Amino acid sequence: MKNHTVFPHSMKTYEEINKKIEARKAVVLTADEIIDYVEKKGLDAAAKEVDVVTTATFGPMCSSGCFINFGHSKPKIRMSEAWIEDVLVYTGIAAVDAYLGATQLRHNDPANMYYPGDFTYGGGHVIEELVAGKKLQLFALSYGTDEYPLRELRTYFTINDLNQVIMVNPRNCYQNYNVAINCSERPIYTYLGYLKPGMKNLTYCSAGQLSPLLNDPFYETIGIGTKVWLAGAQGHVYGEGTQHCPNVERGENGVPMEGGGTLALTANMKEMIPGYVRGVSLKGYGISLALGIGIPIPVLNPDILKRTTVWDRDIYAPVIDYSLDYPQRNSHIVCRMSYEELKKNEVIINNKVVEVSSLSSYSKALEIAEIVKDDIKKGDFLLSKPIKRLPVEQGINSLVVRKKN
Amino acid sequence: MATKKICLFLPKSEMEKPVIYHLVKDYDLVINIFRAKITAEEEGYLVIDVNGTEENIEKAMEYMRDSNVILNETNRGLQRDPDKCVHCGNCLSHCPTKALHIEDQRTRKIEFKEDLCIECLACVRNCPFGACYSIF
Repeated sequence: MKNHTVFPHSMKTYEEINKKIEARKAVVLTADEIIDYVEKKGLDAAAKEVDVVTTATFGPMCSSGCFINFGHSKPKIRMSEAWIEDVLVYTGIAAVDAYLGATQLRHNDPANMYYPGDFTYGGGHVIEELVAGKKLQLFALSYGTDEYPLRELRTYFTINDLNQVIMVNPRNCYQNYNVAINCSERPIYTYLGYLKPGMKNLTYCSAGQLSPLLNDPFYETIGIGTKVWLAGAQGHVYGEGTQHCPNVERGENGVPMEGGGTLALTANMKEMIPGYVRGVSLKGYGISLALGIGIPIPVLNPDILKRTTVWDRDIYAPVIDYSLDYPQRNSHIVCRMSYEELKKNEVIINNKVVEVSSLSSYSKALEIAEIVKDDIKKGDFLLSKPIKRLPVEQGINSLVVRKKN
Repeated sequence: MATKKICLFLPKSEMEKPVIYHLVKDYDLVINIFRAKITAEEEGYLVIDVNGTEENIEKAMEYMRDSNVILNETNRGLQRDPDKCVHCGNCLSHCPTKALHIEDQRTRKIEFKEDLCIECLACVRNCPFGACYSIF
């Protein structure tokens, strides 16, 4: 891949598309609908006609959480430790600011002490309940200072009592993802669910042809500053996501055949819609947070449109043994499989029938792509031009465990 | 002949009654037990299939109502909360009878065909969103 640092040439501009949106005249299709549409109309005609293609995804995204400002109690406290519904929040920032992370376990959760642990409640569930408007308990401790004398506090609050609740997710929307399988003779419990021994089932986790970065494989329109629909709130991409790694093996269509790029997203949690922010309990693994995300792609030129017509048949994911190769960071893959194959009830691997599970909801993703489409058509969602392109040439480091000298 | 799936709740006061015995002996029903939790001094639950003539099944239901056995309205011990289900499809490889399945490949919504459910509870153990649960 060439080291592009500039944005692609435009046939249409963001300004022109936004004017059409404001006039409620924009032509918008989902990434699901666009496939047949371009097939029927031809690429160039469709590129002139269509202004925006909406993409979406819904699935667990562990690297998520939110910054909270509680407001000051009387007398004031400088929280040194705090828990919401017994879930620890990070308070190593200003007095009544905290960060609540999605995977944080509840205090006294036995975790995997009695394997496999159930992990029924944690950070992801607190975030779900916050958005749902539930009344939650805050317990905070402090060492006490001259200006912040209070040393202990217990109260109850809802999201409306908070000054700010800003979701800040360092890694969402993985461009593509591993398919997990278990080649060993013992059952394993992973963040991709329970995997039966002897390759009896597998789990994939991607919205495939609807997924944002699979429709913009070279980050030509989705960049830093791009406006996104994050669980109902209008937020934006604030940076490259952690582990963003465009230097991966790609198909002829340029689509990554493994992880690839990621996005760091932020939005105001007070504007979110409950059903799109859901706590996740993964037996034997822990807690996560499932999020619904929609990203519109402006049809600036025919090439950009062409890339949005990618379909499940041409998107491949690596099937990886989560009993050995994944934990040991071996590069071995069992095989590659297209999302078209994965969306069948069962697949054949090494002459064995393997049943298929998924942790990404295509149904919800489709719902979100439709919502964003409608919002744009109504003139309620304008597009924003990225202020900086995501890295298109970049690898990933591993953690080296080394001696001090 | 007919087959009917029923979920029985035996309150503490009825725990001594040999209900299944009466269903077999008095109403000539063939009983297939999916799941049972009956502990002395506590409440009891039973999920069974009864097979027999429609008339006998009706009479047996009557007998159970008269003896304070509570018949669960949904006739299921396994419940699925459609509001909690996000249709991710994690249950698909765990449901052995395909009671949980996808009908429309385009929308990929998870449908639940109650008749096929044998209450193995694999979905309860595996659902990351707590959408499937057992009433006992």
